[in-house]
Amino acid sequence: MALPIRYSLRNALVRWRSTIATVLGIALVVFVFVLLQSLAAGIERSSGNTGDPRNLMVVRKGSTAESASLISRATLQEIRYFPEIARHEAGDPIISADVLALVNLPRRNNGGEANVLLRGVTPRGRELRPQVHLVAGRWFEPGKREVVVSAKLARRFANFDIGESFKSGNATLTVVGWLAGGGSAFDSECWLDADECRSIFERDMYSSFLIRPVDAAAGAKLIARIEADRRFKLKVEKEVEYYRKQTMTAAPIKWLGGFLAVTMSIGAVFAAMNTMYAAVGARTREIGTLRVLGYRRRFVVVALLVEGAFLALLGGVLGCVLAFHWNGYTTATMGFETFSEIVFEFRVTPGLIAKGLIFAVVVGLIGTALPAIRASRLPVIAALKSL
Amino acid sequence: MSDRENIVSIRNLSKIYAQGEIQVTALHDISLAIAAGEFLTLMGPSGSGKSTLLHIIAGVDRPTSGECLVQGVDVTKLNESQLADWRNQNVGFVFQTFNLIPVLTAFENVELPLLLTRLGPAQRRRQVHAALELVGLADRMHHLPKQLSGGQEQRVAIARALVTDPRLVVADEPTGNLDSHSAQEVLGILQSLSRQAGKTVIMVTHDPKAAAFGSRSIHLEKGELTN
Ligand SMILES: Nc1ncnc2c1ncn2[C@@H]1O[C@H](COP(=O)(O)OP(=O)(O)OP(=O)(O)O)[C@@H](O)[C@H]1O
Ligand SMILES: [Mg+2]
Repeated sequence: MALPIRYSLRNALVRWRSTIATVLGIALVVFVFVLLQSLAAGIERSSGNTGDPRNLMVVRKGSTAESASLISRATLQEIRYFPEIARHEAGDPIISADVLALVNLPRRNNGGEANVLLRGVTPRGRELRPQVHLVAGRWFEPGKREVVVSAKLARRFANFDIGESFKSGNATLTVVGWLAGGGSAFDSECWLDADECRSIFERDMYSSFLIRPVDAAAGAKLIARIEADRRFKLKVEKEVEYYRKQTMTAAPIKWLGGFLAVTMSIGAVFAAMNTMYAAVGARTREIGTLRVLGYRRRFVVVALLVEGAFLALLGGVLGCVLAFHWNGYTTATMGFETFSEIVFEFRVTPGLIAKGLIFAVVVGLIGTALPAIRASRLPVIAALKSL
Repeated sequence: MSDRENIVSIRNLSKIYAQGEIQVTALHDISLAIAAGEFLTLMGPSGSGKSTLLHIIAGVDRPTSGECLVQGVDVTKLNESQLADWRNQNVGFVFQTFNLIPVLTAFENVELPLLLTRLGPAQRRRQVHAALELVGLADRMHHLPKQLSGGQEQRVAIARALVTDPRLVVADEPTGNLDSHSAQEVLGILQSLSRQAGKTVIMVTHDPKAAAFGSRSIHLEKGELTN
């Protein structure tokens, strides 16, 4: 490493006792910044990455969400055999008619109650959503009042362990398995047999259809065909597009994160400034000596900036390490569309880490700028005579 | 051409500090010539202007009036960055308080002035070794200043002053903080610089025994030269 850089880094480390407060302060700011941004990233991802680009989602025109949509059985019979829909070898069309219901269930440890989204789903529906898989137990059997709950919800709700059962409507559902949705919206759902779901909740209607068209061209034709038919009053769009629109806005959290980051970083800038003023004050004669040896003002400024940035970077790394501890930690919020419990994970991404570190370095540079300029402004002779 | 033989020629040099109403005359109308290879000692009571004169010759401070030619260059006319380069190439400094950089090893301290030159790492290494060898500290190369005695620190500082091979070495009370044994060593090195290496050495001192190592001594009294 080049000598001037070694000079800066060693100076930052040699007074670690006096700089520890600054490092911790910057660590705290970066921690809060990264954590809130990871929360926002997690919320956005909780539904944002759901869906298969080939699938089409059908809901009633005017419904903002699947759970608020109703489609008659007659409509299913009409649409089912449209030639644009792909078929199995056996000849049956690849379309899943799902039934969605909300049930209010108790949380674990007397944590009150919250809504949970139940999805009545057919075997076709499972095929169309391959990101959903079992992590424990088995799938429900058609015709039985069995349910497979999201493993992430299972940690939050009472009676969600395998073998336990809970009441919904006037029926009792037995938990036979746990599913995982790979960070998709399905992580916030419980799945059961579609017909059972309709009978428990006395529904004559479906909520949504999920369709696999023959190919992209057929898909486009299907969208046009269904939407043009006045009798249906249906809305068709790509599944990924549907979920992209469902993505909860993390804007408030991002805003809070930004606000906290800005206000706290002002404090951190002053802490860094204080530390660097002290460092410069204690080293005035050393700086004078460097100047006598022929080093320019510019060198003094750069060396001190490197020192301040390095200190801040240490804080940034510490903050990121602390924040990374929460990576993958699952928590939940209430969905705005369904008012059901939506689980999501803190997602500390490499991009966020990079942002956190850059943020730390910027704080360090701003805090060091004034002390560095002041140190370089001092005439050589004055610096040399200082004690 | 007296400037050829005289490495330093000073004419009518004055330095006045204005402190509000009061004016402090640190140097008053000094004229002085220093020959190449001399070991000049600068003596006088405290506050007589010794350091001020040394700083002006070394291009660290500026006079109020007069000229100061060092190797034919009027240092009072150089701008700040020209002066920085000039100091790096032409003058070696030795301070009373050593002024080594605490976080750098002896080797690194001595290497500092060379980093501003165009020399490559291998050449720098050779010169640093040679300079430390000269002051007898080649074996303490990787020690930090705090691991050295005062006398050793000052010898490292001399190595740092020599490493660029300047023609002029200035020292402001270099033995002021040393015990008599270390002082003898340092003075011996400075003397051999002038005698063997042909360098011009200017040393400020209070101590007549230290001044005895020099080839000539001049006295300052209230900013004026006395004989
Ligand atoms: N920055 C300054 N402002 C005002 N007066 C100054 C300044 N620097 C030096 N002086 C004055 O100039 C005069 C000469 O100072 P200088 O440091 O050259 O003395 P010196 O001979 O080196 O003394 P010492 O032996 O104590 O080191 C003194 O009267 C001092 O007070
Ligand atoms: Mg002095």
